[in-house]
Amino acid sequence: MPEPLIYDLGAPGRTGVQMPAPDVPLADLPTGLVRDNLPLPELSELEALRHLTRLSQLNHSILTGFYPLGSCTMKYNPIINEETARLGGFIHAHPLQPAEMMQGSLAIMYHLQEWLKEIGGFAAVSLQPAAGAQGELAGVLMIKAYHASRGQSQRNKVLIPDSAHGTNPATSAMSGYRVVEIPSDARGNLDLEALKAECDDTLAAFMLTNPNTLGLFEEGVQEAIEAVHAAGGLVYGDGANMNALLGIARPGDLGIDVLHYNLHKTFTTPHGGGGPGSGPVGVAAHLADFLPGPIVGIEEEGSEEMGPVYGWHQPPKSIGRLKGFHGQFGMHVRAFTYILMQGAEGLRSVAEHAVLNANYLRVKLQGAYKVPYDRVCMHEVVLEGRWADAPDIHALDIAKRLMDFGFHPPTNYFPLIVREALMIEPTETESKEVLDAFIEAMLTIAEEAHSTPEVLQQAPHTTKYGRMDEVKAARQLVLCCEIPREVSSEQ
Amino acid sequence: MNYPADLKYTKNDEWVRVDGDTAIVGVSDYAQDQLSDIVYVDFSAAAGAQVAQGATFAGVESVKAAADIYMPVDGEVIEVNGALAQTPEAINSDPYGAAWLAKIKLTNPAQLDALMDAAAYEAYCKERSA
Amino acid sequence: MTFVPHTERDRQQMLEAIGVKTIADLFEAVPQKFRFPKLNLPAPLTEMEALGELKGIAEANESADDLVSFLGAGAYHHYIPAGVDSILRRGEYYTAYTPYQPEISQGTLQAIFEYQSLIVALTGMEVSNASHYDGATALAEAVNMSRAIHRGARNKIILSPGIHPQYREVVHTYEDGGDLQFIGEDLDLSAGPDALIDMIDEHTGLVCVAYPDFFGRVYDYTKLAEAAHAKGALLAVSVNPTALGLLKPPGEMGADIVTGEGQPLGIPLSFGGPYLGILTTRNQYVRQIAGRLVGETVDSRGQRGFVLTLSTREQHIKREKASSNICTNQGLMMLAATTYMSLLGKSGLRQVAESCYHKAHYAAAEIAKLKGFSLKFKDAFFHEFVIECPIPAAELNLRLLELGIVGGYALGTEYPGMQNCMLLTVTELNSKEEVDYLVETLAEVAHA
Repeated sequence: MPEPLIYDLGAPGRTGVQMPAPDVPLADLPTGLVRDNLPLPELSELEALRHLTRLSQLNHSILTGFYPLGSCTMKYNPIINEETARLGGFIHAHPLQPAEMMQGSLAIMYHLQEWLKEIGGFAAVSLQPAAGAQGELAGVLMIKAYHASRGQSQRNKVLIPDSAHGTNPATSAMSGYRVVEIPSDARGNLDLEALKAECDDTLAAFMLTNPNTLGLFEEGVQEAIEAVHAAGGLVYGDGANMNALLGIARPGDLGIDVLHYNLHKTFTTPHGGGGPGSGPVGVAAHLADFLPGPIVGIEEEGSEEMGPVYGWHQPPKSIGRLKGFHGQFGMHVRAFTYILMQGAEGLRSVAEHAVLNANYLRVKLQGAYKVPYDRVCMHEVVLEGRWADAPDIHALDIAKRLMDFGFHPPTNYFPLIVREALMIEPTETESKEVLDAFIEAMLTIAEEAHSTPEVLQQAPHTTKYGRMDEVKAARQLVLCCEIPREVSSEQ
Repeated sequence: MNYPADLKYTKNDEWVRVDGDTAIVGVSDYAQDQLSDIVYVDFSAAAGAQVAQGATFAGVESVKAAADIYMPVDGEVIEVNGALAQTPEAINSDPYGAAWLAKIKLTNPAQLDALMDAAAYEAYCKERSA
Repeated sequence: MTFVPHTERDRQQMLEAIGVKTIADLFEAVPQKFRFPKLNLPAPLTEMEALGELKGIAEANESADDLVSFLGAGAYHHYIPAGVDSILRRGEYYTAYTPYQPEISQGTLQAIFEYQSLIVALTGMEVSNASHYDGATALAEAVNMSRAIHRGARNKIILSPGIHPQYREVVHTYEDGGDLQFIGEDLDLSAGPDALIDMIDEHTGLVCVAYPDFFGRVYDYTKLAEAAHAKGALLAVSVNPTALGLLKPPGEMGADIVTGEGQPLGIPLSFGGPYLGILTTRNQYVRQIAGRLVGETVDSRGQRGFVLTLSTREQHIKREKASSNICTNQGLMMLAATTYMSLLGKSGLRQVAESCYHKAHYAAAEIAKLKGFSLKFKDAFFHEFVIECPIPAAELNLRLLELGIVGGYALGTEYPGMQNCMLLTVTELNSKEEVDYLVETLAEVAHA
């Protein structure tokens, strides 16, 4: 029995919260501007909380099970982050309070900027972008401003590998650039010759995801970056896969000019059912003046007795503000807490075990599944979910069947260049026992695909809901409850 | 998969049915099958518009994909099939009949010669499915 | 503190299965000269140590909770019922991601569907997305929507000077270098919406206003909407949702797009984020709205269920043809707002709105009585208002702070002619006693 909708719960006159009556004389309400009807539901506190608790139980989550969603880094989100982000000093801090009163918040942001610089090999960092996609926008806008500042506004194209996330081309187009797609080669690297052929004086930027979305380290990364730089272009790094590089290689050292970090992937801030993310950008020295601001700087150096005084600093050629206030501060506290508990060795161990886990899955699933690019992978492995001798089975069927074993499916149908792709990112926080259980389920499914394909095609069987009719949802759009617009208040 | 012999086809999976100096344009059975259930059709050109060969005049969407539809040859739009806004699923059920997309007046009929015939198009589709 | 569960035995077995000797062997594709850099980071702490460290840093903030605060200007202190955080702390919500697999994500999906419904009810609009980053970026998306709706034509955008200065900055960052022309920001601040009507012509794509505006003022935008529509332009209204607990919603005024900052709906100040972007529109523009949308459907067993729908608008399918690049949005903040609105409901939100309104009006009336103080504008207002002070507002704030009051927002930085003006905010959390203390203190320190 599905959980009722909020508008089908409660009764007229109920409320979940009583607010104190105003303790001041009442003023006249503004003539003609008072609404006749506020059609919100009326639930008791228990009704509302029971409803939302029951709904929560319909979710798969990291805390309830393995979640190998490729490209999303669904690792454990330490509970302590939730405590530190809610400390009274942080959570009640108003963003427009003067910097002198907010030295704690500024210290968090300053150190996080410094640590991200160190981890990524960059000269400066801005924490402002709200999510990875906004970090991309910041990066591409900085590149555009950089070229303009050098009288190079004829640079109008961005090169993007065909394996890239959709946000890369969408961001480039939003920024007014023309997108040129670069194919991948047989080893799963970007095609260097195709890249070089586009390196001319109209080249603005090359957007590189490394490791790429096939989970592979780009073997020609240095040559590619050199070619782009030689043509006067800049290299944007998509940091979605940074979990594979912590303490392994610094994007800035490789020559990447600007990169966004995903705090909600690499640095354990929770994914929240689809956000909030946080997408700080790190840049090489020549882009530092263009960063979105304000960022945090040191106003007065500290001494032995006193810490430094932090203040706001607007980069001189800043592309401007990307969101209200100072970014997703609550996420900054969480990422700060995480890095503080990891240190350099801990971060390297994170990447090492993420890569170890992915390769373990790769070798154990190889054979039963086709691994289209057969070499050591980084933090994720991409398989094909199809067999010539099981022609009616698709990646989607495998994904749905995995739910019956209690697992969240991998990312499917991405990257687009692998047919029936299954993109598996186990992360470092999963134990060998979990991986072994997952492997067993995947092998069982491969067998079923051949012996009893209908079991896959009708999956999932054991979940509370079966497959959804997405076509109906799109053809007969229902995007909200029926709202009782005309019902008069019972108060 | 159906490849009617009386039509001409493009590499982008549009078809053309010529009738004197006018023609009807639609998307092929192969295209609708690749897109799966069509849920939305949108026309960017209206009657009277001059549309060049290769220019977009419509878009179709399924739940998983969006495709631009390109004009196979130069033409002036006489009529677009507005009824598809209510019945986009007709593209799946009757791509060569009720789900035609546009009627055009041919302004450069010589371009038709470069399009594929049914046999060539069938071979082209099979090559892509392999 | 490590969260890696592997034992030495696990590692050995796994390396053996892979066919390499050491973990380092897995990284041979990384150019050797850059491999395994030494990172200069502090030594790792245990959970106990980290919490201690963070507590110390948090205490370096003098947060508004320890003081009496009248600071708003886009971020508001409200009472958050205990139930809100109890829901946000459920791991089933906060450790899930975007509900790509609907069979095992119905909790998030139905919560989004209910959020969309509650926001539609509150704004009087027809369609809400699943959330945007914040109020500023939601307004920038409204500008993008206008461009998409007009298919690239109509490049003139009117921005009211009453829109939050930071929101206008963000709109400019997003659109910088594009083909749009922005006008209206230098209009006289007391001109009101009629002055915007005169600027609308056949090149105008969108008129953007705020409700209440940055100075707290509220106007009926019905005439503005009619004037925009008569010329083929659209109206976008950026709202404070608390005000809509009491005031006529923009949907009833004819707005085509309503955006807003959802932070007042149960989201803590948290030094400016994470907050919640509200983005709504009319049914006819549903394909131009940015971000995720959840729609109702049925499953293979005939049960009602929910899915992400109209995904073909989005970057992962449209790629360079998408009108927005947004991917991850503000899921958990959406849940906070849903919980808050579910708990307060019809009467609770009205009570909060009325309480803010009456307290702000009491404060304004009392301050206006003080020698040397006056209200800057005569227009109707909600819970914020501008006072003109006898001395610069920034200076006044320093004196207030010494007596434990976080004053209002000093307007001189953004508005050079308004050095002596302060934007004050009063919410249900400010008692009469606090307001009286503010009034007394203002009288005392202004003439010190």
